[in-house]
Amino acid sequence: MIISIASGKGGTGKTTVATNLAFSLGKNVQLMDCDVEEPNSHLFLNPEIKDKQAVIAPVPLIDEDKCTWCKKCMEICRFGAIAVVGKKVITFPDLCHSCGGCMAVCPEHAVSEGDRELGDIETGSIKENLFVQGRLNVGQVMSPPIIKKILTLARDGMVNIIDAPPGTSCPVIAAMKGADFVLLVTEPTPFGLHDLALAVETVKILKIPHGIVINRAGMGNDGVKEYAKKEGIPILMEIPFDKKIAQVYSRGELIVEKMPEYKDKFLDLFDHINRLIKDPGDKGAGFK
Amino acid sequence: MRELVILSGKGGTGKTSITAAFASFSSNMILCDADVDAADLHLLMAPDIQQKTDFQGGNVAVINHDKCTSCGLCIELCRFDAVKDNFIIDPIECEGCGVCYDLCPEKAIDFPIKTCGEWYISDTRFGTMVHARLGIAQENSGRLVALVRQEARKIVQKKNIDLILTDGPPGIGCPVIASMGQANAILIVSEPTVSGIHDLARVGQLADHFKIPAMVCVNKYDLNLDQTQAIKDLAKEKNIIFAGQIPFDKNFTESMIQGKNIIETDENSQASLAVRKIWENVMAQPAMNIVRLA
Repeated sequence: MIISIASGKGGTGKTTVATNLAFSLGKNVQLMDCDVEEPNSHLFLNPEIKDKQAVIAPVPLIDEDKCTWCKKCMEICRFGAIAVVGKKVITFPDLCHSCGGCMAVCPEHAVSEGDRELGDIETGSIKENLFVQGRLNVGQVMSPPIIKKILTLARDGMVNIIDAPPGTSCPVIAAMKGADFVLLVTEPTPFGLHDLALAVETVKILKIPHGIVINRAGMGNDGVKEYAKKEGIPILMEIPFDKKIAQVYSRGELIVEKMPEYKDKFLDLFDHINRLIKDPGDKGAGFK
Repeated sequence: MRELVILSGKGGTGKTSITAAFASFSSNMILCDADVDAADLHLLMAPDIQQKTDFQGGNVAVINHDKCTSCGLCIELCRFDAVKDNFIIDPIECEGCGVCYDLCPEKAIDFPIKTCGEWYISDTRFGTMVHARLGIAQENSGRLVALVRQEARKIVQKKNIDLILTDGPPGIGCPVIASMGQANAILIVSEPTVSGIHDLARVGQLADHFKIPAMVCVNKYDLNLDQTQAIKDLAKEKNIIFAGQIPFDKNFTESMIQGKNIIETDENSQASLAVRKIWENVMAQPAMNIVRLA
């Protein structure tokens, strides 16, 4: 099972929900931090990292002895990553999308592929549970290949919880695709609602069952609840706007550890998710 | 022309609320919302859209089944697994590289331009605003960010405006890099949490990588004074200028609901005074006083 925790707006509590849910389940869980630009789950779970592998994207290497400067590589490249100027070929690895077009089109077989490191993926454990996180190297732009690679590590028979990046574009799609359920974490404010609606549109395109968690419930207005009702999206959990929770979070601690009464709420959340995966119309699960 | 870009690394620290508040302090500036993925600044600015333009973000491959002979070359060539077994291309997976289109022996693949979003020039009560909306599940947010900033620069030049105030996206990836090139400086809005600090360090590194002067302010500093101190220490160590701190204030949310900035709600609140102080500190920095040719 794969549960992707996403939001649209940043800072609504994706990591809070992902880490506390993982900890509450306690066993047979793999937490996968796909917010590779700013991975934060490790700060709360203190995993023991056992392995680290670089994520490599292929980039063109030109064999100048074979090259006849025909410019076919430059013409096929839509990303401006190759320039042929006179009898010189210049490549811009940072612009390359690794499509392989230059290599496929070169009549002289003068293009081979070298490595560009995009970032890395670390794997490890938290007690008997598993942990994976990706990290984009500072200065690199391409996060989706790292996210896609992390998702290949999802384990059958385990609950794989994905901490997704914010937004609605390619990195988020990569972190939602293939999920059995998307949990959308929002806050009850105009910004939260606006970006939640964008995230819902994204999930609908991917046709994945989904539900809402309202974090900092009580801080703003009722816009999110009215929206959820109108759209028929279940609200599966509300985490109150509570200074104590904010302080626990600020220190890198888990709510369920410091305030154990929350553990049952997270287990209920998981139960609701399970029911909605089996039957997306299950009226007992969060519909109000 | 000068440009200040507001960033954070971590989302939800208050970039947009602070950008909106800054708008109250300058009469000769334009606003630019460079968070095209989940743009929110317009919710506080009530923009009156003057010009709306489609964003042509790239191309997408489409197989013409009348010509396709199912030879399978496109499946073999596509590095993004976008060509499915029934020779239908998944537009979400398609990277727009055009390799299948160029190399199909039957010329059976079309490669139409796709509209990936819209961008706008609007009037607001604070002046002009350039903003955009990336279509849902679309790519090329970095290009759209670059485009809105470029349009903002054109307007600044034409109207002889002094400053561009740019509300940036979260993270450190493609759209963030597109939002900061050529800026005078960035102001990082942090929060006193372990995540806020971790993410601040990564944006600081990014600014350093691209040689752009960085400043930091702490929002909700009174949530955790130890972590606020840790931010000050980190700033000192990394040569990030500490521009000030803002106390928690429910007026931020209240103002958002009213569609205002916090200065308009109560210009004499502790938070508003703190934001004003940060503005003055930021604008007094030498990096903000280098005038670039637009």
